[in-house]
Amino acid sequence: MTPLPINDRPEIYLTVAALLLAIGIYGLLRRRTLIGMLISGELIFSAASLNFMAFNRFKAPDPTVGQIFVLFIMGLAAAEIAIALSIIIAVYRNYRSVKTRELSELNG
Amino acid sequence: MTSFPASQMIVGGIFLLCVVTTIMGALIAALTARIIRSVCGLAICCIGLAGLYYFLHSPFLALMEILIYVGAVCVTIVFAVMLAEPDEPVRDEHAGATLLWGGLAMVVSAAIFWGLWHLGARQNWTAPANRLTDGSVKAIGYSLLTTYSMAFELISLALLVAIIGALAIARTGRTKP
Repeated sequence: MTPLPINDRPEIYLTVAALLLAIGIYGLLRRRTLIGMLISGELIFSAASLNFMAFNRFKAPDPTVGQIFVLFIMGLAAAEIAIALSIIIAVYRNYRSVKTRELSELNG
Repeated sequence: MTSFPASQMIVGGIFLLCVVTTIMGALIAALTARIIRSVCGLAICCIGLAGLYYFLHSPFLALMEILIYVGAVCVTIVFAVMLAEPDEPVRDEHAGATLLWGGLAMVVSAAIFWGLWHLGARQNWTAPANRLTDGSVKAIGYSLLTTYSMAFELISLALLVAIIGALAIARTGRTKP
């Protein structure tokens, strides 16, 4: 039995997805501006999508379900980006800054 | 059927290129100090992801990834970068605390990566016995208009609410001096 070609092994996709999630969480913890945190959140979304697609391709009985789920994730991510960026612009208009350190009005 | 010589190696090389593009884009997005470079890293990461989706037998989602993420999300973030000035501030606290928190974040993300990798890649997942559909664009269209039509309509409603909400939020405060 010949070994599977490299693009037909699910563990590679899962490893890439885990790496994307780890990089996204690292960025989310280290970023100090709202837009940087938003970009890291997008990386986490991408990790979830890649995981869905890998399991959909290799392990699911119905291969359309994962694709539709990832389409919905993309739609919700687009909606989230629109809302979050408008909030960021409103915050910038009020505070003249999007650094998380300075947005401390609710800080008790 | 005769295949192109070394086609397997060429396909593997393109696949590795996609993987490296994805990971390098994500690293650029998370680690650079200037936000505009971070946005470019996100775009590079999404192009690599589109290639991975193509390898996962889903050219439709590969197209959608480029269309939505590179074409819409990254461009919207670039507009926000132009309106605000979101560059990472210079490290103002002393180096010890920065090193501590950076190390802590690194440890957390490494632990999550190790756990997920151990759970996902080392496990023996059972493959399905038979496929119900072939996963083509036609099958996706049938599913979207039959089984998932309710969720599809709800997504369109959520997008409408998001657009109106974004307009309303971004508009308030414009008349202030």
